[in-house]
Amino acid sequence: MADERQVIEREQSQEIIAPGYTFGTITDQISAVVLTKHTPLFWMACFGVGIGLLMLLLWSIALLMTEGVGIWGIRAPVMWGFAITNFVWWIGIGHAGTLISAILLLLNQKWRNSINRFAEAMTLFAVACAGMFPLLHLGRPWLFYWLFPYPNSTGVQPQFRSPLVWDVFAVSTYATVSALFWYVGLMPDLATLRDRSQNPVARVIYGVMAMGWRGSARHWSVYETASLLLAGLATPLVLSVHTVVSFDFTIAIVPGWHSTFFPPYFVAGAIYSGFAMVLALAIPLRAVYGLQGLITDKHLENAAKVMLATGLIVGYAYVLETFTAWYSGDVFEGAAFWNRMTGPYSVNYWSLIAFNVVLPQGLWFKRIRTNPVTLFIWSIFVLIGMWLERYVIIVSSLAQDYLNSSWGEFHATRWDWATYLGTIGLFLFLFFLFIRLLPMISIFEVRTLLPQAKVEEEARR
Amino acid sequence: MSEEKKTLDVEAVRGRLKDARGRDYWRSLDELAETAEFQDLLEREFPRQAIGWSEDENPVEGRRNFLKLMAASLALGGLAACTRQPTEHIAPYVRQPEDLTPGRPLFYATASTLNGIASGILAESHEGRPTKIEGNPEHPATLGACDAFSQAGVLQLYDPDRMQALTYRGEIQSWGSFMAALREVLGSQKANNGFGLRILTETVTSPSMADQLSRIQKLYPAMKWIQWEPAGAHSGREGSMMAFAQPVNTYYDLRPAKVVVSLDSDFLASGPASLRYARQFAAGRRVRGTETAMNRLYVVEPMLTPTGSKADHRLPLRAAEVEIFAGALMAAVGSGQGPTAGDNAELFSWIGPVARDLLLNKGACVVFPGEHQSPAVHAMAHVMNAALGNVGKTVFYTDPLEAKPVNQLADLQQLAADLNAGQVGVLLILGGNPVFNGPVELALADSIAKAKTSIHLSLYDNETSAVCDWRLPEAHFLESWGDARAFDGTVTPQQPLIEPLYGGRSQAETLQLFTESPSTSGRDILKNYWAAQHPGADFEAWWRRSLHDGLIAGSALPPKTPAIHGENIKVNAQAPRLGGKLEVIFRPDPTIYDGRFANNGWLQELPKPLTKLTWDNAAILGPATATRLGVASGDMLQLTYQGRSLRAPVWIQPGHADAAVTLHLGYGRTRAGRAGTGMGFNPYGLRTAKALWHDVGLDAKKIAGKYEFASTMSGGMIDWRFEDTKRHIIHKGDIEDYRKNPASVHEGAEVTPKGLTLYPEWKYPGHSWGMGIDLTSCTGCNACIVACQAENNIAVVGKDQVRRGRDMHWLRVDNYYQGDATNPEVSNQPLPCMHCENAPCELVCPVQATNHSSEGLNDMVYNRCVGTRYCQNNCPYKVRKFNFYLYSDYETPSLQLLHNPDVTVRSRGVMEKCTYCVQRINAAKIDAEKADRPLKDGDIQTACQASCPTEAIIFGDLNDKNSRVSKMREDRLNYELLGELNTRPRTTYLAHLRNPNPEMEG
Repeated sequence: MADERQVIEREQSQEIIAPGYTFGTITDQISAVVLTKHTPLFWMACFGVGIGLLMLLLWSIALLMTEGVGIWGIRAPVMWGFAITNFVWWIGIGHAGTLISAILLLLNQKWRNSINRFAEAMTLFAVACAGMFPLLHLGRPWLFYWLFPYPNSTGVQPQFRSPLVWDVFAVSTYATVSALFWYVGLMPDLATLRDRSQNPVARVIYGVMAMGWRGSARHWSVYETASLLLAGLATPLVLSVHTVVSFDFTIAIVPGWHSTFFPPYFVAGAIYSGFAMVLALAIPLRAVYGLQGLITDKHLENAAKVMLATGLIVGYAYVLETFTAWYSGDVFEGAAFWNRMTGPYSVNYWSLIAFNVVLPQGLWFKRIRTNPVTLFIWSIFVLIGMWLERYVIIVSSLAQDYLNSSWGEFHATRWDWATYLGTIGLFLFLFFLFIRLLPMISIFEVRTLLPQAKVEEEARR
Repeated sequence: MSEEKKTLDVEAVRGRLKDARGRDYWRSLDELAETAEFQDLLEREFPRQAIGWSEDENPVEGRRNFLKLMAASLALGGLAACTRQPTEHIAPYVRQPEDLTPGRPLFYATASTLNGIASGILAESHEGRPTKIEGNPEHPATLGACDAFSQAGVLQLYDPDRMQALTYRGEIQSWGSFMAALREVLGSQKANNGFGLRILTETVTSPSMADQLSRIQKLYPAMKWIQWEPAGAHSGREGSMMAFAQPVNTYYDLRPAKVVVSLDSDFLASGPASLRYARQFAAGRRVRGTETAMNRLYVVEPMLTPTGSKADHRLPLRAAEVEIFAGALMAAVGSGQGPTAGDNAELFSWIGPVARDLLLNKGACVVFPGEHQSPAVHAMAHVMNAALGNVGKTVFYTDPLEAKPVNQLADLQQLAADLNAGQVGVLLILGGNPVFNGPVELALADSIAKAKTSIHLSLYDNETSAVCDWRLPEAHFLESWGDARAFDGTVTPQQPLIEPLYGGRSQAETLQLFTESPSTSGRDILKNYWAAQHPGADFEAWWRRSLHDGLIAGSALPPKTPAIHGENIKVNAQAPRLGGKLEVIFRPDPTIYDGRFANNGWLQELPKPLTKLTWDNAAILGPATATRLGVASGDMLQLTYQGRSLRAPVWIQPGHADAAVTLHLGYGRTRAGRAGTGMGFNPYGLRTAKALWHDVGLDAKKIAGKYEFASTMSGGMIDWRFEDTKRHIIHKGDIEDYRKNPASVHEGAEVTPKGLTLYPEWKYPGHSWGMGIDLTSCTGCNACIVACQAENNIAVVGKDQVRRGRDMHWLRVDNYYQGDATNPEVSNQPLPCMHCENAPCELVCPVQATNHSSEGLNDMVYNRCVGTRYCQNNCPYKVRKFNFYLYSDYETPSLQLLHNPDVTVRSRGVMEKCTYCVQRINAAKIDAEKADRPLKDGDIQTACQASCPTEAIIFGDLNDKNSRVSKMREDRLNYELLGELNTRPRTTYLAHLRNPNPEMEG
C-alpha cells in the first residue's frame, strides 16, 4: 500500500476538480441529474438491460427453488461452481467502495469526494448481489436461517468452526456498516434534494429520508463524528471481510485452497477488481452526464494507479503460490497447480494471467492511464480476469484433488449463466435506480474541494 | 414440452380427473382415452415422456417428464387394467401372525435363477414386503454372499413397468377368457397329438417343471419343447459332448487349487457358482501375518474382466487365439515341455512356464474354460484337467443340470423353420425374449407372427410380447413357487414372499394349464411333485425343513468320472486370419446380462466393472486398435459384419486384446420399459447362429458423431485412471518382496505420526467401529454396491445425471491401472465412507449436520443439512453424495413398498453418505442388550460385507482386540488411504498383493 500513498500524496498538491465551479454550479449540476424530467437514453438503455437481466434472475431463482441446485453444472467433485465464484467476485468488487469511502476518508484523501458516493452505492449493491449467492447455493435455501445463532428449542447452534458461519457474520456486518455509512453520508444531500425538488411527492420522500437535516452547525458536528466513527468501523472490514471469505478456502484441505497467504492475496484482489468496477462505472457516467469536471482524468488516473499496485500484489501472489506448490514438495499441491496450468482449465488459467497480470502492465504508461477509453477497456479486462481467478481457484482445485478416481470436470449450464448475468442485471437495476433517484456524487463533499472552501480553511490555519 | 404439439398434458388430465368421482371418474377416463393426445400416447411405441429418461436432454425436463409419465401410466393403468386397486386397511393385527413382530424383518430362503440355474438367497421381508436379498449361508452356490442380479430382484419385483394385465391383441382379457381360448386351441391340438404345439422356454433345470413338461409331452406326443438361452452354456455342453460324448456338468473346487488358469473365463464374477469360486479363490490367497501362501492365477482373455483384474499374469488375446493358446498348453501339459516359438512370440513365451507351473501342482490346479469360449476350448480344458489329475480333486463332473441338455440353437432353428412352414398352431413362450435375443438371421419376429396362436408369459411387455397374440403377466420369482438346480445340482426351492402384485402367474402355473389338471396351484404343483419324490410319513417335516433351509438336502448330483474321447476334439491349429478385419466378440453385459435386466434401474446405473459405464454399452476396443482406427472414446463407429451393420460408440479399454471389438449384449431394447428402452445399441443385430460368441470379419469404420458416455469414474478420461504412483493410493507389491520385507508394500507412502495434536485423544469407552478392506481379495464384482443401494434406499438418478457426476452410490469401486495401457495391472478399491477420526467434513459444516458419534461414526443428520456441500468439497475421498434434485421416488406406489423402513429416504438438497449401516449396528446392539449379552464379533454385518463373495470387507469393533477388524488393522499389510492427511480413517485397507511366477518375471 506504500506506493499507493505516495501516489495519492502527490496528487494533493493540485486542484482536484476542474476550474470554474462554484458552490452553486456544483449543486446544480449534480442535483440536476436527479431532478430533471429528462431521462437520457443511455440511462433508459442501461436500466432496461438491468431490468431484463433482473427478470432472468427471478426466473432462474424460481426454477432453482422449484427444481433444486441440480439446474446448475455443479457435480461431484466440483460441488461449488458459479455461485461461490460470483459471491467472491461481487464481495471483492464491493471492497473498492469501502476503501474509497472509509480508508481514504481517514487518510484525508480529498479527491475521493467526487467518487465516494457512487463507489459506496456500488459496494452496497455488489454486497446485495454477493449476499444472494450463499443463500441460493444452499440445497435447501429456505433453511438459511440455521446459519444464524438464534435462540431455538432444538438446542442446536451453528458450528462455529466452519468458515461459512464466519462468512455470515463478516458479510452481514459488512452489509450493515456499508449501508449505514452510505445512508449517513447521503443525508445532507437528501436535504438538498428535498429543498430543490419541485415534485411534492418527491419532496415528502426526500424529506422523510433526510430525517430532518437542516444543515445546522450541530448537525454538521454530529455528522462529522458519525462518519468518522463509521469510517473507523468500516476500515477493518476492508481487510477482514475478504480475509474471512478467503478462509472458506484456506481452512479446507483441498490442494490449491489450503494456503496461508490467501487473506492478503484475496484483499488485494478485491480492491483490484473493485477499482476496476469503479472505473467501469465512472467512465461512461461522467461522459453521459458531462461530469468530467467533477470526476476528472486525475481521478481516473489515481484509480488506475491503485489498480496497478494491487494488480502487482495479485501477480506476486500467483507467482508465490506456484512457487510454494513446487517448493513444498507436496505431491497433491504440486499436481493441483500443474493441472491448473495444463489441465482442463488451462485456458481459463492463462486468460486470467493475461487479464490480471500481463495486460495491466500497460497501466505503467501514462497514455493508457489518462485515456478514458483505454482505461475503460482495461478495467473490463481486470473484471473478467478477477472473475476467472476465483473460478479457477474454486473449480480447478476441486476438479482434480486427491483421488484421481473421483476427478470430474465442471461445465456451466445455461442456468449458471442466467443466475450470474441475472445478478449483473440486479446490480445495473439498483445502480441506475440510484443514479436517477439520488445524487451520484456527494454534493456537499465536492463543494469542500472548491478553492472557495479552502480559503476559509486556510484562514483558520 | 410446450412447443411439441399434441403432447398429452398430464397436468390438465390430472386437473380433470381430480374432481371426478365414481362413474364420472371412469367417464372422464374414457373421454380422455378418446382425445387425440392420448391416442398419440397409445400409438407411439414409446411415449414422448420416456425420452427424457434416455436422451440427452434438459434434466429438468427429464425429471418432469418422468413424473408425468408416472402419472400417465397410472391413469392408463386405471383405464386399462380394470383391476381393483388393493384396498388399504389400517388395523392392528387381531391375531398376530406367527413369528411376525411388527418392525422386525423376517427372512425366507428362496432361489433366484439366471440361465435356469439357482442361487440360494434369503429374502428380507418387512411386514410382508420383500425389501432386500441376501445370500443364503447354507446354500453351496452362495455361501451367504449374493450377486448383483439376485439382489436387484427386489427392484424388478416392484418395477411399475412390469406387465400388469393379460391382453389379447392389445385388448385386456381375464385369465378365464384366456383359459377358455386355450381349451379351444388345445382341443384341436389334441386331435393331431399336439403336432402343432410348441413350448419355448428358457433353460429348465427345475425338476418339477421338467415333470410338468413330460406330462404335457405324454398328452401331446408330437409336441416339441424348445429351450433358448441367449447367453447360456452352449459351449460347455458342446465341449463336453466333444470330450466325453455325453453332456456333463462341470464344477470346481478352488480350495486346494494352487494354480488356476483361466482360458477367457470370468469365473470370479460371472457364472452360476462364481460366488463360491470367488470365496474359495480369495481364501486361497489371503495373506495374514505369517500366513503368506498364495495361489496363482493366469488369465488369458480378450476383454478385461474382474477375473482378469485379479490375475497374477494376464495375457490379452483375441477370443479365437485363446483356442490356439489352449491347444499349445494342452500339448505342453501332455509333454511336460512347452513350445518356445511360434508366430505369436508372446503367446508361446507363456506356454512353457504356465505348463510347468501346472505340472508342479498336479491335482492342485484348475484349468477353467471360458463359458463363452468355443467347445474345443472346453474339451481341451477337460483333457488338461484329466491329465493334471485334477478330476475328483479340484474338478468335478456330474450329470447335466438341465432337464433336457440338447443343442438349443439347433432346436430354435428348427422352431423357426416350423413356424415359417406354418406348422405351428400353438406357440407358448415361457419368459425369455427370443425376438430380441435370438440369432438375427432367424428373424423370429416374423416367424412367431406366423403361429396361429402365440402366447407369451412374461414379466414385461417386451419385444417378443409385441408379436404374440396373448400376453400373460408373469409372476416374479418372489411371488411364485418353484424350484431349480444350483451349479452342483442342489435343488433349491423357491417360495413366494408376496401375493403377485399384478395378478401374474408363474411359469409352472401357466404350464399347468396345458395339463389335465389346469387349476392346480403353484404350491401344490411343487409340493405334489416332491411328495412323489420323497414318499413317507415324514414328508411334511422334510418339506418344511427344505423350505426353511432353502435347499433340498442331498439333492446335489453325484460326481462321476466320464471317460475322455480325445478323438472327437477338433482343434484349430491356427487362428483365423484377420485379413485386415477385426474380431467381433459378443458377451453378456456385466450388469443387465442378456437384456433381461434392462429395465432395472439399479443394474443400469451400476457401474460396469472396469469400464465404469452406466446405462450404455459400447464398442470396446484396445488402445492400439483405437489408434489404428483413429478413434477416441466417444467417437462413433460403423460396425459391419456379414452384411449387417450397426453404429456404436467407442470405448477404449486398457488391456483389451488388439484387433478385436467386444460388444456387450442386452442393450438397444426397443420395448423394455422406461429405464431400458432406447439405451445403448443392439449387438444382437450382428449376432448369428454361426457366431454366437466371436468371429473374425468385422469391419469398423469411423463415422461422424460424438457420444457422451455416463461413466462414473473420472468422467471417462482413461488417462486419469492410471494411478499416479506418487499419490500412493494403492499400496501393492509382490508376495516374494513382501516375504522378504513386509514394509515394502508401503514404500514411499507417508503416515502422519500420532500425537501431533495438542488436544487429547477422544475416548471411546463403548464401541469403536471400524472397517477393513482387503484389496488382494476384491474382484470388483459390484455385489456390494447393489447391496448398499438396496439396504440404504439409495436413489437411481438416470443417465443424464450420472453423466453430470451425480450418481448416488454410497459405495464405489475404483479401478486403478498401472503400467502399459495394452496390458495394465489393475487394482480394485472399494470406497465407502472412511469415517475419519479427524473428519474434514465435520469441521466445515456450518450447521452441525455431520458429527462424530460416541462410537466413532461420522454421522450425517439429514434433517439438519441445509446443503452447502462444503463437506463434500473438503472430503479427500469424495464419498459424500448430494441430492441435487429430488432423486428419491416418493410418487410411484409400487416403489414405495421397496424401501427399507429402517433407513430415511432422503429428499432434495441434502447430503448423504455411507453410515456403516448404522441401522444394522443399532438393531444388533438392541438385540444384544435384550438378551443381556455383549455384542460378538460378526453380530453386525454391513450390507456390503454381507454380500461380498470374497470376504474382502470386514466390519467390527476396534475396541475388541480379538475382532477380525482389529486383527486386520494390526496386520503389516494395513494402510490408511491418504494417511499423510492425518484424517485417521476408520476404514483402512490391506495392500494389494500379487503372486507372479518368478520364471515369467523380467
